[in-house]
Amino acid sequence: MLYSDTVESEVLVHKPWFVVSIFALVLLLFLVFNLTGTAVGELMRPVIGDPLQSGLYGRFAIAFAIAAIFCLNLVLIGFASLRLQIGIVWLEVLLLLLAFFAAFHLSLPFIREKLPFLIAQGLVTTIYISAISIIFASIVAIVAAVAKLSGNGFAYAIASFYTSFFRGMPLLMQIYLIYLGLPQLGFVIDAVPAGVLALSLCVGAYMTEIFRSGILSIDRGQWEASRSMGFGFSLTMRRIILPQALPVIVPPMGNMFIAMLKDSSLVSAIGVWELTFLARTVGQDSFHHMEMLISAAVIYWLMSICLELVQSRVERRFARSKAR
Amino acid sequence: MNVGQGNEAKNVSMSRLISEVPVDLPQADSIPGRASFRQEQAAVAEDKIIEARKVSKWYGTFRVLTDINLNVRKGERIVICGPSGSGKSTLIRCFNRLEAHQEGEIIVNGIRLHNKMRNVGEVRKNVGMVFQHFNLFPHMTVLMNCMVGPMWIKGMPETAARRNALRFLERVRIPEQADKYPVQLSGGQQQRVAIARSLCMEPAVMLFDEPTSSLDPEMVAEVLETMTSLARDGMTMVCVTHEMGFARAVADRVLFMDTGRIVEEGKPQDFFTNPQHDRTKLFLSQILSH
Repeated sequence: MLYSDTVESEVLVHKPWFVVSIFALVLLLFLVFNLTGTAVGELMRPVIGDPLQSGLYGRFAIAFAIAAIFCLNLVLIGFASLRLQIGIVWLEVLLLLLAFFAAFHLSLPFIREKLPFLIAQGLVTTIYISAISIIFASIVAIVAAVAKLSGNGFAYAIASFYTSFFRGMPLLMQIYLIYLGLPQLGFVIDAVPAGVLALSLCVGAYMTEIFRSGILSIDRGQWEASRSMGFGFSLTMRRIILPQALPVIVPPMGNMFIAMLKDSSLVSAIGVWELTFLARTVGQDSFHHMEMLISAAVIYWLMSICLELVQSRVERRFARSKAR
Repeated sequence: MNVGQGNEAKNVSMSRLISEVPVDLPQADSIPGRASFRQEQAAVAEDKIIEARKVSKWYGTFRVLTDINLNVRKGERIVICGPSGSGKSTLIRCFNRLEAHQEGEIIVNGIRLHNKMRNVGEVRKNVGMVFQHFNLFPHMTVLMNCMVGPMWIKGMPETAARRNALRFLERVRIPEQADKYPVQLSGGQQQRVAIARSLCMEPAVMLFDEPTSSLDPEMVAEVLETMTSLARDGMTMVCVTHEMGFARAVADRVLFMDTGRIVEEGKPQDFFTNPQHDRTKLFLSQILSH
């Protein structure tokens, strides 16, 4: 939460000048964009007659109707409690999004037919590639972070070269480099291990910086207290520093995990049958592109929401020792 | 003073004089470095817990400590005072090797401190340290803070460590806070937990690095009380502090440091009533006047 003042301010959306200006703004916006040819025009047919013939009057009527509904909505939401407000706005935006998808006239039977395969093959592959990569990436990252913070020139050089290299290159390039490059050295590598390797190394490079900043954020006094009790470096790191660094790094790590989940779609480039690959190919023969792409998009989103939920749970767990 | 009077004959050297009767000496003699020093050292080595000889330390080109000589005997309570930047914190941080010294010799509990030592943990587990900012582990309960040392360093089983921790929390009179987290305690309570945490390791000597400097006046009293009761029980202590009342009541010796040197040392009654150096007089007049 941001810092909230103890003096309650008036509800913004109940101030007449604010409502009027929003109304004017929305009206203007929809006067500029001609909606007479869209589904909204069809909805307004009882008022404006044939939408395409309605001209400027039709445009104005549509803009007026939208602005009025929008402002009414705004004022009404202003009366609700915080939780209710959040729920209502989420629901409304979701409905608009669904309306957007509905405009594609998707073939639901086709989705119903192919979805099980998309999930059983694509989703499962995506999840296990991501999960394995996250584990490897975390291990790589923590080692690299310690190396970068150490006074050891060799370790520092290797770690900083690694992060520079893997952060400085598109992930797609890295995937190709590993998949097509390693066989040149005699290691013929399958697509899935190649993808996992590239993802782990790339995400690990970003995570290195997250871990490094997390470790640095811990007060020197903690090191001193721990070392002065006789704890060694590794014990101090594992039991004193990292447990305190974790709450600091959870939000950026959540970010990283979500980004990586979606970056795993890049391994489709080397023919791994994960979610994106199947979404692109399954619908191709019957020209049902949109069905599969939207299904995959929704699945990605749902997975991200799961990760967000996990993140907020973890954050709450760690909030314990900070609570007053 | 716990050193027997019968040893007098053996202990004629400078170091003996320093720890026992420094105020009787002309000032120039308060910094020993003579040949006789080494010879007598063997005789009293057993009861010296900290022994610093001609210790010097630099930060870059800046000399923070200059030729420090100090012996701390078992059961002795030493208070080090001096203006900020005089090197007093740096000095006691050298005693558990949180800081490295560049010249001279520091021997703690019979182990010589140097930068290639493998057994710095051995030294540290026998030297408790209390910091100005407490430095409790915020992710652990008070009880856990006091349990981890014995468990991880001495391999004490959990139940024994818990019993041990509760014993020392009772010693600092806050057993009822055992299951709270450090942030839920007041500054004074946190510092007492920090003292208990160090005591749990049953160290041979306790170092206090300005333990009351970041506390409210009201909380200073409770921490000093805890420290006084420790002193009464015969704990060997080296305290960097500005609490002159504490020094007067508890210390066997008071050391005054300025610009990295021990300028003056003496028994509290002599130190406070009859300081020899102008710098000491100035410091005392300033610190006691308010």
